[in-house]
Amino acid sequence: MVSTVIPFGPQHPVLPEPVHFKLKIEDEKVVDAIPAVGFVHRGLECLVAKKDFVQMTQVVERVCGICSAMHGMCYCMGIEEMMGIEIPKKAAFLRTVWTELHRIHSHLLWFGLYADAFGFESLFMQFWKIREKIMDINEATAGSRVIISVNVIGGVKRDISPEHRQWILSTLDEVEEALRDLEKVVYEDYTIRKRTVGIGVLSKEKAYELGASGPMARGSGIDIDARSLGYAAFPDLDWEPIVEYGGDCFARAKVRFREMLQSIGLVRQAFQKMPRDEEIAVKVTGRPEGEVITRVEQPRGECLYYLKGNGSKNLDRCRIRTPSFANFPPIMSMLIGCRLADVPVIILSMDPCISCTER
Amino acid sequence: MKMLPEIIKNLFRKKATRNYPAVKRVPFPNVRGELVNDISQCIFCKICETKCPANCIEIDKDKRTWTYDPMECVYCGICSESCPKKCLSHKPEYRPPMTKRQVITLRGKPLPPKPAPEEKKSDTDTSS
Repeated sequence: MVSTVIPFGPQHPVLPEPVHFKLKIEDEKVVDAIPAVGFVHRGLECLVAKKDFVQMTQVVERVCGICSAMHGMCYCMGIEEMMGIEIPKKAAFLRTVWTELHRIHSHLLWFGLYADAFGFESLFMQFWKIREKIMDINEATAGSRVIISVNVIGGVKRDISPEHRQWILSTLDEVEEALRDLEKVVYEDYTIRKRTVGIGVLSKEKAYELGASGPMARGSGIDIDARSLGYAAFPDLDWEPIVEYGGDCFARAKVRFREMLQSIGLVRQAFQKMPRDEEIAVKVTGRPEGEVITRVEQPRGECLYYLKGNGSKNLDRCRIRTPSFANFPPIMSMLIGCRLADVPVIILSMDPCISCTER
Repeated sequence: MKMLPEIIKNLFRKKATRNYPAVKRVPFPNVRGELVNDISQCIFCKICETKCPANCIEIDKDKRTWTYDPMECVYCGICSESCPKKCLSHKPEYRPPMTKRQVITLRGKPLPPKPAPEEKKSDTDTSS
């Protein structure tokens, strides 16, 4: 049979960021897929030589526009571990609140893009309308919509006032209600089921073997979540990783939908259990020395930071491994054998964050 | 078809958008918007210049100038938090869009005459 090579990306209507796939097609079937990344490389890791370890907090927050609070937190956790700093308990809870809010708005953004990938425009607008409420919370509490810059080495910069707390809780109630309205659409709608059920199946063994992380792994039945490592305030909260067993695009969407509802619950719990004391940050003196690896769970999966300090104000190395990078091998295996029309949905089901991957 | 009830509900809901240039959103307090410097209070200590992660502030102690590039600024708020005189602050509104790159230079009063609080002069230089 004659095979054709079709370029997919770097500019494609469904792709929020530039990534290129060379798809080898036979009739309607994809027989091979070769990815090419490197369109948005910014060399952020290299800036470690120019910026001191405190300024690097602002640099790493800009690795990703959607999960910036997690990047900042992961970096700060690494430096704190290296310097032997214990952050106040309240700071840990505040970090949890902001990172969970980030998870909700990231998943809402993804749902919008996902609906857009199979042409469900009204659902796309509906999800993004809900997302705006979370962005307002970020803006009012942290001072910025996306890159909230609240994490500092030794704690957090801002506190959430009791009035804001009430307002956040009532806004989250509205968000939950709006999500419950859309639950039926996401789970039962004929179009969505036709486009996602049984598409891009990743078996549990394959997911484990290829190193899938985050909702990709949890959608295939692997119970893996870096939050169970017990950083920030997660040991004090009552939660369990969400696992679905389908392994297809529908299961991954379901994991993300349930995670949004779980995150709303986690924010509520964090506010309930948050200590009343005033201290939100400790003073940091000295310079980091030694090496450390920290991991946090981002909306897309597990993010890993390797930091090496040499006792000077500049770190020796700051290596970031982002979840989208880990999810590339599974996506390659899922693309082989699928139909050309399903390619956008399969790629979107990974929630690709290319700026993260290339840094 | 499962979306239909939601679509019908939307017909009776409040509009989610606003007619932007005519109707503007009320900004939240404490938002890190436009950075402003009350130059009459500034002591040109260079702390903001040193701490800025984007290196967007330049200070000349001898000429007593405070130069700020709003296009380079990342609005992280480190400068305003570390300012010892608290003369740096963020307005809650964002800076309006610009068609040309602008660098803001503020000049403080020269040192020998004693610092008068009213003396404030601001220039806007344009460079490409």
